[in-house]
Amino acid sequence: MTSGGIRPSGFKRAVTAALFALTMFGGVALANPQPGQLNMTRGASTWSPEAYFLNNVAFGVCVVIGILVFGAMFIAMFRFRKSRGAVAEKWSHNTTLEIVWTTIPVIILIVLAYLATGGLRTFADTTGSEMTVKVTGYQWKWRYDYVDYKGKAIEKVGFMSKLDRESDETRQLDSGLDPKSVQVDGYNTYLINVDKPLVVPVGTKIRFVITAGDVIHSWWVPALGWKMDAIPGIVNAAWTNITEPGVYRGQCAELCGQDHGFMPIVVKALPKAEFEKWLADQEAAATPPAPAAPASAPAPASTAAAPKTAAVDVPVSQGHQG
Amino acid sequence: MAHAATHDHHDDHHGAPSNFFVRWCMSTNHKDIGTLYLVFSLLMFFIGGSFAMVIRAELFKPGMQLVQPYFFNEMTTMHALVMIFGAVMPAFVGLGNWMIPLMIGAPDMALPRMNNLSFWILPFAFALLLSTLFLPGGGPAGGWTMYPPLSLQGESVAYVVFAVHLMGISSIMGAINIIATILNMRAPGMDLLKMPVFVWSWLITAFLLIAVMPVLAGAVTMLLTDKYFGTSFFNAAGGGDPVLFQHIFWFFGHPEVYIMILPAFGLVSEIIPTFARKPIFGYKAMVFAIASIAFLSFIVWAHHMFAVGLPLGGEIFFMYATMLIAVPTGVKVFNWVSTMWGGSMTFETPMLFAIAFVILFTIGGFSGLMLALAPADFQYHDSYFVVAHFHYVLVTGAIFAIIAATYYWLPKWTGHMYSETWGKIHFWNSVIWVNVLFFPQHFLGLAGMPRRIPDYNVAFANFNMISSIGGFLFGASQLIFVGVVIHCCFFSRKKAPDRVWEGAKGLEWTVPSPAPYHTFEVPPVIHDEELAHGHVED
Repeated sequence: MTSGGIRPSGFKRAVTAALFALTMFGGVALANPQPGQLNMTRGASTWSPEAYFLNNVAFGVCVVIGILVFGAMFIAMFRFRKSRGAVAEKWSHNTTLEIVWTTIPVIILIVLAYLATGGLRTFADTTGSEMTVKVTGYQWKWRYDYVDYKGKAIEKVGFMSKLDRESDETRQLDSGLDPKSVQVDGYNTYLINVDKPLVVPVGTKIRFVITAGDVIHSWWVPALGWKMDAIPGIVNAAWTNITEPGVYRGQCAELCGQDHGFMPIVVKALPKAEFEKWLADQEAAATPPAPAAPASAPAPASTAAAPKTAAVDVPVSQGHQG
Repeated sequence: MAHAATHDHHDDHHGAPSNFFVRWCMSTNHKDIGTLYLVFSLLMFFIGGSFAMVIRAELFKPGMQLVQPYFFNEMTTMHALVMIFGAVMPAFVGLGNWMIPLMIGAPDMALPRMNNLSFWILPFAFALLLSTLFLPGGGPAGGWTMYPPLSLQGESVAYVVFAVHLMGISSIMGAINIIATILNMRAPGMDLLKMPVFVWSWLITAFLLIAVMPVLAGAVTMLLTDKYFGTSFFNAAGGGDPVLFQHIFWFFGHPEVYIMILPAFGLVSEIIPTFARKPIFGYKAMVFAIASIAFLSFIVWAHHMFAVGLPLGGEIFFMYATMLIAVPTGVKVFNWVSTMWGGSMTFETPMLFAIAFVILFTIGGFSGLMLALAPADFQYHDSYFVVAHFHYVLVTGAIFAIIAATYYWLPKWTGHMYSETWGKIHFWNSVIWVNVLFFPQHFLGLAGMPRRIPDYNVAFANFNMISSIGGFLFGASQLIFVGVVIHCCFFSRKKAPDRVWEGAKGLEWTVPSPAPYHTFEVPPVIHDEELAHGHVED
């Protein structure tokens, strides 16, 4: 009785907590790989639930079809055994059945195709972005160049991002170091931490232009919901709009040579104000104290305030590209 | 005199040459060449498998314990090349060589000398490929897909390209031979639509081979000239395009993966009706489904490239086309299940492997459908989810079908029964460990582990260790297979009857066991009731 009284509320609380974790902190806590993780992450961007939802729907469809088909097989294997005295029947076709099991999959596929096409269209639409970051893959590190933010060009903010020293020492053959001890705030970051992360704001549509300097790489952060190849001589575009502040980790996903497994990606998503302060600091650090720069350089302090008007222009000008 | 000399050579129509070299190296006999192909394929299966063992051993736990990352990449690359071109494809050619003439009532392959040449190229091709592991600079390490610019950084480009050319020539000659045999050498009464499904599947596969192997040859030749002759086909700095290679490669590559599965469909379509003692359900639908899948294989190649930045229209086209493949493939699975339904089944080793094929290949098909959905593929692409997918369709698909076929026809080849007990032990070990090996890789991919990496974050440790344990035990289980085959060939005392299996139909069961050196020197008189599909109207 008592347990019966407690169980629903406990169950409800667990569901609420799980949902809360997924929707709120989920971005931070579950967007990165977890031990024993069984399913794709829901991610932490406005688009990543598209991939997650499609994954779950397709998986559900497969499970239902699997139960029907494998169920029929196991029933057949049990019922129609020679050892149980089964006598083989002679029939070898049934037109009605064949039409049914050709038509039903077609209908299922049309539904899946409809859902997937929606996700593709939104993914392909990089218009209306308020910020551009250029990502360049090298053997075996990434370079990030901040191109513009809220309609204003950013000069001289760019840096290389490579595997952190602790992971790098640990991953050497017979290093004798324990990968389990490579941790940041209790989370194991072995091979998925960098010396300098890409810092971006949340709640901002960010356009990535992605290319490479030597061989093909692929920029993949599961929490953002996609990967995009970085190809020398080609500039690919993709976008994200991160919903929750947090640190999101990924890895190069295209074989790029001996250290392919050792060029992780870390995206640090900050609240807008904090990001703007960070960006201003970076610009200040990159600009010599004496303002030798050409006319466009207002004092770093004004960057946060100025872009409001410019931001309106960006979507308009980019809208024509679509 | 010349005529008399020729006559002397041919006077013994019943036995094989007693000289070992003459018999095996100069053979033009389809059965001996089939055996050579199968033995070669088994050898390559173990060489490629040993590379996989190195991979799984390094991935047993996080941290680098055994090999350097570059050597790991050589292993992933060579594992794929050896398994695809050395194990799976020659095994199907071997089965086709042995069985197609027996199944259609032909005395031999149409072009026996070319048959000899197409086999004997292969050992040289693989000696060349494998020798790169012992050369300065090492073997190819840019993946079996050989994407430039990475593949061009290797020092073994010329060796690999030449080896691929040789394999391609071998495959094309084998395909020509099979087409010529099937179209010209059927016994009177063996109409096209009375042929066994395996023969149909090989006919269609042979056309795929002829269509795409030259495309691969062109792609790798351009790699060669980019590397050594200063061209810039794939070099962006010289006006070329690295993505061009991927389009050409996958125009070959996707039909290639069906080259590795269509004959497996054919094999399973022979085995299931035999042990269900019931004709295959929907014979014409099965043949038509194979042809449809073959056609679709030419218009889906860019689904391997959803992450290269295709235009939206391209992504949508290739996604829809890829999803269509599920329809004919579904028809095949439903037809196999319907063949079992209402039958009178027994579960000898070939049937067990065939049933495992249907279930596990279907699981690979399910993950294939998921991968077809481009927005979800942006996550799956190049992750372990893909690795799990193609190992389900290639190991539990193609290789399980090859093993099933070996057990199925081994008594016909050797004249002796294999050990059913050890066959079943082999089956249960294989089917359990292969799932322990590959099923957790789905989870790893979904959690974000990229493929082709030698080391990984601790979050991926548990499933990698499980996968490695499954891998070692699956690998070890295949030694049982070798034991069963050797026992059957040389030590088995149990004579096989002509019609080895109670429910077996088809011309191959009308000849003695073991099949004599020469069969059907006079075309057989075909009685429709002897054929699996002789009376089938649909």
